[in-house]
This record gives sequence, C-alpha cells and structure tokens, in this order.
Amino acid sequence: MSFDITGWQTLFYKEVLRFWKVGFQTVGAPILTAVLYLLIFGHALGNHVTVYGSVPYTAFLVPGLVMMSVLQNAFANSSSSIIQSKVMGSLVFVLLTPLSPLAMFLAYVGSSLVRGIAVGIGVFLVTFLFFARVSFAAPGWIIVFGLLAAALMGTLGLIAGLWSEKFDQMALFQNFLVMPMTFLAGVFYSIHSLPPFWQAVSHFNPFFYMIDGFRHGFFGQSDVSPWLSLAIVGGAWIATSAIALRLLTTGYKIRH
Amino acid sequence: MAAISFQSVSKRYESARGTLQALDGVSFDIEQGEFFGLLGPNGAGKTTLISILAGLAKATGGRVLVDGHDVQADYAIARRRLGIVPQELVFDPFFNVRETLRIQSGYFGVKNNDAWIDELLENLGLADKATSGMRQLSGGMKRRVLVAQALVHRPPIIVLDEPTAGVDVELRQTLWQFIARLNREGHTVLLTTHYLEEAEALCNRIAMLKKGKLVALNRTSELLSMASGNVLRFKIDGELPPELAAQARITGRIVQLPAPGALQIEQYLSAVRLAGLQVEDVEIRKADLEDVFLQVMAAEQGAGGNRWQVPV
Repeated sequence: MSFDITGWQTLFYKEVLRFWKVGFQTVGAPILTAVLYLLIFGHALGNHVTVYGSVPYTAFLVPGLVMMSVLQNAFANSSSSIIQSKVMGSLVFVLLTPLSPLAMFLAYVGSSLVRGIAVGIGVFLVTFLFFARVSFAAPGWIIVFGLLAAALMGTLGLIAGLWSEKFDQMALFQNFLVMPMTFLAGVFYSIHSLPPFWQAVSHFNPFFYMIDGFRHGFFGQSDVSPWLSLAIVGGAWIATSAIALRLLTTGYKIRH
Repeated sequence: MAAISFQSVSKRYESARGTLQALDGVSFDIEQGEFFGLLGPNGAGKTTLISILAGLAKATGGRVLVDGHDVQADYAIARRRLGIVPQELVFDPFFNVRETLRIQSGYFGVKNNDAWIDELLENLGLADKATSGMRQLSGGMKRRVLVAQALVHRPPIIVLDEPTAGVDVELRQTLWQFIARLNREGHTVLLTTHYLEEAEALCNRIAMLKKGKLVALNRTSELLSMASGNVLRFKIDGELPPELAAQARITGRIVQLPAPGALQIEQYLSAVRLAGLQVEDVEIRKADLEDVFLQVMAAEQGAGGNRWQVPV
C-alpha cells in the first residue's frame, strides 16, 4: 500500500464543506431529533426511573442520545457522500486524481468524524444547558469513546457506500442495521434492566460498548468495564479500517 | 519515449448474460506533442480504452504506459501527467465553479493555483461564471468546467472523450482554439469524437476501433489519400431508387455517393432521372474522413492484415 497522502486535506476539506453547506439538514436536524427524544422520554419516565442507584433518568439519557447522534451522523456522512457521488458520477473527479487509498480513507473517515462530533457536541450543549445536568466523572473516556465511535461509524459508512449501488441499498444499511443496533445498544436503558437473555444478546452488539464506555466517562459507572469496551471498539475499528482500505485499494465497485 | 503506449490491451466483461470482449489486444503509441484522434462507432471500445488509461477501469490483459509509467503500478505519476475530460456531463452540485477548480487542483497537491485557474476561466469563456453554482450552469457551461477541471493541474497530456457531444457551435470554436493552442505549446492531445470533420481538421494521426480491435492507424493525410476517389453530392426531393440508396450516405435531402470515375457519375444521375426525380446543387468533392471511416468500418478484415494500417 502507498503511504503517499498528498491531497487528502483537500478531499477532507471538500467533504466537510459538503455537509456544512447543508448544515440545517446535516447538523441542525439531528440535534432537534435528539432533543425531542429527551423531552418525550424524559417527560414520560423522568420522575419514575433512576439508573445506577442514583442517576436521574434524564441525566442517564443525555450521554446515550449524544452517542446515538454521533454514531448515526458519522455513518450518514461517509455513506451518503460516496453513494451520491457514485450515482451522480462525480466520484470520477476523485478517481482521476493521484489520491491514494490511504488519502481517501483519511479524508472520508476524518470528515465523518468531524460531522459526528459536531452533532454530538450540539446535542450535548442543548441537552446539558436546557434540560439535564450530568457529571463528568472521567472526561478522558468521553473523548476517547466519542472519537473512536465516530471513526468506526465513518469507516462503516465508507464500506456501506462503496458496497451499495443504489440509494435503496444504502437505506437498507441505515434502517436495518445502524438504527436497530443503536436503539438496542442501551441508548434509552441500562442493559441491567433487561431480562438475562436480552442482556446476553446485548453483549454481542458492538454498538453497546461504544455507548457504555462513553457513559462511563460521565457517571464513572457502566454495565461493563470501559477497558473491555475500548478493546472491543478499538478492535472493531482496526478491522473495519483494514476492510475499507482493502476495498479502496482494489477499487471495489468504483474502478471496474 | 511515447506519451501514451497501449500494449496489447484487452478488456473482458464477465456477467450473468455472458462475456463481452470490449477490447481485444489493442496496441499503438501516441508520440509526444501529437494531436491524435481515436475514432469508432458506439460500442467500439473507445471509452473503455480511455477508462483503462485513466485508471477508471482495469485491463484484463496488456498494459498502458504514460510517459513510460504504468497506469496501474505507477498510478500517481501517470495520473499527474493526464488531464482527462470525461464523456458524461457530471458535476458536484455543492460547489461553485471556482471552488470546483480549487478543489480539483488540491487533489493533485497543487496549492495557490488561482493565477492558472483565472487563465483557464478566461480562455474557456467562464470568467463571469466563477461564483455561479454548478447547478445553475447550462449544459455547455458545465462542459467547459469539465475541461477546466481536467487542465487545472497543468497536465502535459490532455484526453478528451467526446468533448463536443451536444455542444453549441460557439463552445466548439472556443474549445478547439484553446486546445489547439495548448497542442502548439507542446501538449499531447488524445481526442475521441463522433464529429469526423473535427477529427479531420485537428488530428495529425488517427486510430480507428471496431468491435474492440484496432482496424486503422495512420496519418490523417494518408488515410484521406487512401480513400477511393471522389464523392458525388446532390439534393433531391423524393425517394432514391433502392439500388442507389444501398450505397449512398443520405442526410435529409442530401445524397452522397462514392464516385471513382466519370462513368459512375453519369450512371447515378441517369438512374435518378429515370426515377423521375429533380436533382439540385450537384457537386463533386474529394472524399473526406467520414467516407474513409465508412469504408474502414464496412471492410471485412482479411487474413493478411488490412491496408488502412501502417505496418509497425
């Protein structure tokens, strides 16, 4: 593999500009959605449920919603950029250049990370300032899991974008993989509240570890050790990155 | 060293419906500074060949060198030397013209390129469109941006894949003046087009493809001199007798027939008169590239090679 990354900053900048120019839709809308979740679930359950013994439900919800927004938007960014440029044909402008597979990888994943984190910070600020105070027991974990989760989902989005040939195949990924796996990963509940069988099932969901580790940063408590979560999420990112780089190197479905 | 060297390039597409041999052992060189035409009917393999050159497709056999660099193994060097104008009218709707060009320049690692970008905009008649969004541009204007994008990193070799398809006369003039100037300044140009008068006017050498095979390769002047003689051209109202229609090139009222000699011309005209048709605007002209093209495409390839190709 070539380690020449000339030009990656331009592709990165272009990809950031692409979502920023439609920021209402790519950053504003997901923040609003997350706030609506907080309002509705917080209102319905806030006075009846506490988690980890003493954490109020609305506060528990905040890290989950932030992470959900990071995951969905990091995925949406790379996947929709690639599928759009494939369908419209404008991917050719990238393919005709000397940009190496590594340069493309850095740019697509990097810009997805920026969007995921931007939306995550937005959701956090709105929920924190107006609705629910949370603590910051271990801020290092917050940063590590925030970045790692965004990178992992940006990489998955890249793979999904390369694999898909049509918008409906992309929607398949989004609606039948990303959505259910985030919702079932403990955004809205601690998996300790689940029956033992579903608790065990949740441990096979990689998204669970991203949310659980992230939440540990806020409350100092989590369902599993943050180190275990780090190992699993980090391992998943390395594996998906290897796949994505391989697909870019062979030109899978983009160079015929 | 050849600017572009195609060496036994083959491309096979395998699909559920069977195998398609898009290119079959195509070999030829394009020398430095040439204005080279690649012609052939739809489906002959022109765009496939250019896609392989550009790295958008991979050859199943053979290889392509750009200034001696393999387009697969040394793709970064090869692509820096190529400026490719794709056939499809594609664009990125998120950006304006200047942003589009700055971004394309950045992909090649060329920064602070505004002086050259301004020159491109000026020469392609885009100066007043620099801040227009790509979505707002007409088809012709989008085509100009595609040309500017291909040239933004100052490539020594320019490849134009049917750049004038569906483009108005003004743009064709502007485009060819600009490209011809770049060619005079030393750029190598590879052009595919369906407008054979353009190829005849611009290209010093021509290759023709048919069903994935190279069927002609020669200097434009040589090809023209090899075409059989003259062409009789006239206008009629009404239907041409079938025995003439079989040999004729008919464009609306205009009929063109190959005319090797005076006897042939007399026979044509009397056949038309017998059919009760009035002939107008009769002229005899030299065979042009379109006649050559039709003759090459009609010729069956014999076992002993063919007369359109210069022995290599």
